[in-house]
Amino acid sequence: MDFGPYLFLATLEGAVGAAVLALTAVGLSLVFGVMRVVNVAHGEFFMLGAVLAWWVATTVGGHPALGFGVALLVAPVLVAGIAAAVDMTVLKRIEYDPERTIVATIGLLYILQQVTLMTYGPDARPVEPPFNARLALPWVEWAEGGLRMYWPWGLSTTSYKLAVIGAAVVVLLGVWALMARTRIGLLMRATQLDREMALAFGIPVERIYALVFGLGAGLAALGAVLVVPIQQAHYLMGADPLLLSFIVVIIGGLGSLPGTVLAAVLIGLSDGIISVFFSPTLAKILATLLVALVLVFRPRGLFGAQAV
Amino acid sequence: MTDRMTSTPTRRGAIKTLGAGAAAASLPLWARYAQAQTSAPVKVGFQVHSTGIGAAYGRWYDRTTQAAVAKINAEGGINGRMLEIVAEDDGTDPKRGAEVLEKFANQHGCDVGFGTLFSHVVIGSAPRAGELKLPYFVVSEGHHVASGMLNRYTLQPGITDVKSQVQAMAPYVAKTLGKKVTMIFPDFAFGHDHRDYFTAAMDAQGGEVLAQIAIPPTETSFTKYFPKIPRDTEVLYHVMVGPAVLTFVKELGEFFGPSRPEIFGFIDSLEAVDIASPGLEFLEGTYFWEGNPRYAQADQTEYDKAYRAAVGVDDNGASVSDPKDISTYAHMFGCWETLHVIKAGMEAAGYAGPGDRAALIEAVEAMTEMPHSFEHPQGAKVFNGKTHQVFGHQYISRVEAGRLNVVHKTSIKDTLYSDEVDYTTQSF
Repeated sequence: MDFGPYLFLATLEGAVGAAVLALTAVGLSLVFGVMRVVNVAHGEFFMLGAVLAWWVATTVGGHPALGFGVALLVAPVLVAGIAAAVDMTVLKRIEYDPERTIVATIGLLYILQQVTLMTYGPDARPVEPPFNARLALPWVEWAEGGLRMYWPWGLSTTSYKLAVIGAAVVVLLGVWALMARTRIGLLMRATQLDREMALAFGIPVERIYALVFGLGAGLAALGAVLVVPIQQAHYLMGADPLLLSFIVVIIGGLGSLPGTVLAAVLIGLSDGIISVFFSPTLAKILATLLVALVLVFRPRGLFGAQAV
Repeated sequence: MTDRMTSTPTRRGAIKTLGAGAAAASLPLWARYAQAQTSAPVKVGFQVHSTGIGAAYGRWYDRTTQAAVAKINAEGGINGRMLEIVAEDDGTDPKRGAEVLEKFANQHGCDVGFGTLFSHVVIGSAPRAGELKLPYFVVSEGHHVASGMLNRYTLQPGITDVKSQVQAMAPYVAKTLGKKVTMIFPDFAFGHDHRDYFTAAMDAQGGEVLAQIAIPPTETSFTKYFPKIPRDTEVLYHVMVGPAVLTFVKELGEFFGPSRPEIFGFIDSLEAVDIASPGLEFLEGTYFWEGNPRYAQADQTEYDKAYRAAVGVDDNGASVSDPKDISTYAHMFGCWETLHVIKAGMEAAGYAGPGDRAALIEAVEAMTEMPHSFEHPQGAKVFNGKTHQVFGHQYISRVEAGRLNVVHKTSIKDTLYSDEVDYTTQSF
C-alpha cells in the first residue's frame, strides 16, 4: 500500500482506539479528580460493560440493532450501579484513605475478573454490530493534469467504526456539559476543589462520591459496549484499557478532563500509527517513556492544575 | 496451673488423637491398595488450558479426554486398572504449566503428564518433566518435539507437527492457488514454526513468500497490520490463535472487500468459531487446512462416526447439546489418540507404577504403524521413535455453501522429513 493511504488507514484505526480510550480515561480521571481515589479496578468495569453487553444482547435477541441498543442503555447503568454500591460498602468504610483504596480496588479487580470467569466463562463472545457496512475510501494522487481521485486496494473502514468515533465525541461533549453546565456538575466541582468546605456548605459529599464513582465506571462500561461489536467480550480484556487509561490520565494531568481527552487522542492515534509502521511493542514502549518524561519534567501533567 | 495442665487435654495431644482417629477412619481407603498395587488406578495428569488464551481448546480437549477415558475404562482399563484423570488448569501460561507438572509428580502421584496444546506452555513445561522424570505426552503440533529442543521424557504420539503439516500443504498451495504468498501468523513459537517451515516448503515448490506478518497472540485489533500485505499477493496464508480470532478473520474480510486474493488458512484461525458467523461470508471459496474434518464428509468412516458420538459432536462439528458450541475438531482427536497410545504403551511395557516410566517410554518409542481404527479415528499414523513425533494424513477443505468440504487428503509420505534428533540415545 502507498504511504498516503496507509497513513490514512492507520489514523482511522487509531481514531477508533482513541475514541474508546478517551471514554475510559475520562472515567478514571473523573474518579481521581473528584475523589482522589486511584481506581485500579477501572479496567474490570470496562470488561464488565462488555460482558453485560453480550448478556443483554443475547437475552434480548431479535434484530442485532435491538439487542445492541438495549445493551447500550442497560450495561453502563448496571455497571454504574455496581460501582456506586462498591463505593458505599467498601471505599466509604475505609474513609477513602489513598493507600487502602488502592489495595481495596486491587481486590475488587480480582473479584470482578474471577466472578466473570466463574459465570461467563473463559471464552471470547461476539456481539453483533447494529450495522456494519464496509466503506471503501478514496485517495487522491498527483497525475498528469492535476489531482486524480482513486480507490486504493484495502483502504476502507466500516460504518460501525465511524459511528463509534461519533458516539464517543457526543458522550464526551455530554460529560463536559454535565460538569460545566449543570447543578450536579457544580457540586462535583465544588467537592473536587475542597471537600471540607463543600461539606460545610451542606453538599452531600458522600452521595456525590457514590455518584462520581458510578459515573466513572459507567463511562468505562459505555466505551466497552461501543467496542464489543468490534473486539468481542473476554474476561481478561480489562488489562490493556487500565494501563492505557493510567498513561493517558498521567500525561493529560490528573483530574483534568480536556487534558485527558487530548492525551487519549494522542496516545490512541500514536498507538495505531506506530503499531502499523513499526511494531505494537514499540508503541507501548514510547507511550510508557512519555509517561516517564512527563513525570520527570511536568509532574502535574500537560493540563494539570498546580498542586495546592 | 500445673494441675490444670495435667487434668485437661493439651492441644498437641488432642491433635495427635484426632490424627490417629482420622487415619483409622480412612483405613480402608489407603489400605485397599497396600497389598495389591495393581488394583490402584493409573493416574494421568491432564494439563488443561481451562483459562487464558487457550480456553476454547481446553474445553474441548477436556471433553475428548473424558470421552476417551470412559471408553478405555468401559473396555477394562489399562492392564486391568482403571484410568483416572487428574486435571489441573495451567491458564495457558508456561510458568504455571511447569508448576502443574510438579503437582502431578509430587502431590498427586501421577504416572504420566498429558494433554498440553499451546507450544509456549509445552516449551516451558517440558524441561521440568525431564527433571521430574515424568513421561509427558503433549498434543501440541509444535515442531519443538521433533526438532530435538526438548528431552526424552516428552513425546507427541497423537498429533502431527507443524513442519510436516505445512510441508504437505505447500505443493497444493503452489499448484492450485498461486506462487506468491503472504503469511500472517501469531508471534510465538507455533507461529514461527509456520513462518520458517512453510517459507522453506514454498521455496522447494518454486514459490515465493513475499511478506511475513507477525501478530502478537494477545492482539485485539488487526486492520492496522493488513496494509503490509503486498498488492501482488496471489495467496494469503493465515494462521491465528487466541480469543480474538473471530475479529481477525472479520477484519480481514473488511480489509479486502470485493477484491480478495486466494486465501489459504489453518483452521486454527477459526477453531471453536462458527463458519456461518456474520461477517465471514467472504470466506466462501477459500481453503483451510484441517487436522480432522469438522463437518462429517460424504465418505465419513465408521470410526469417525463412532468417535463423534462418543465425544458428543454433531455432523457440523458442534456440541450435540448446543449447536452454537463449535468444537476444536481439527485438533482434539489428538487427546483421544494419545490416551490410546499411553494405554498401548503401558500394556506393552507391563506398566505397574512410576518405577516403570522408562519402560513405558521405551515401549512407545518402539511403536511404528498405527492403523486407522476406533483408537485412531483421524486416520492411520506412523510413529518415529527416534524423534518422538507421529506422522499422519492432512486434509484441505474448501468453504462451500457455508460448510467445509474436503477437497484434498495428503498421504503420510507427503508429511515426512529427515530426523533432526535421536532421543533414544539420551539416558533416562
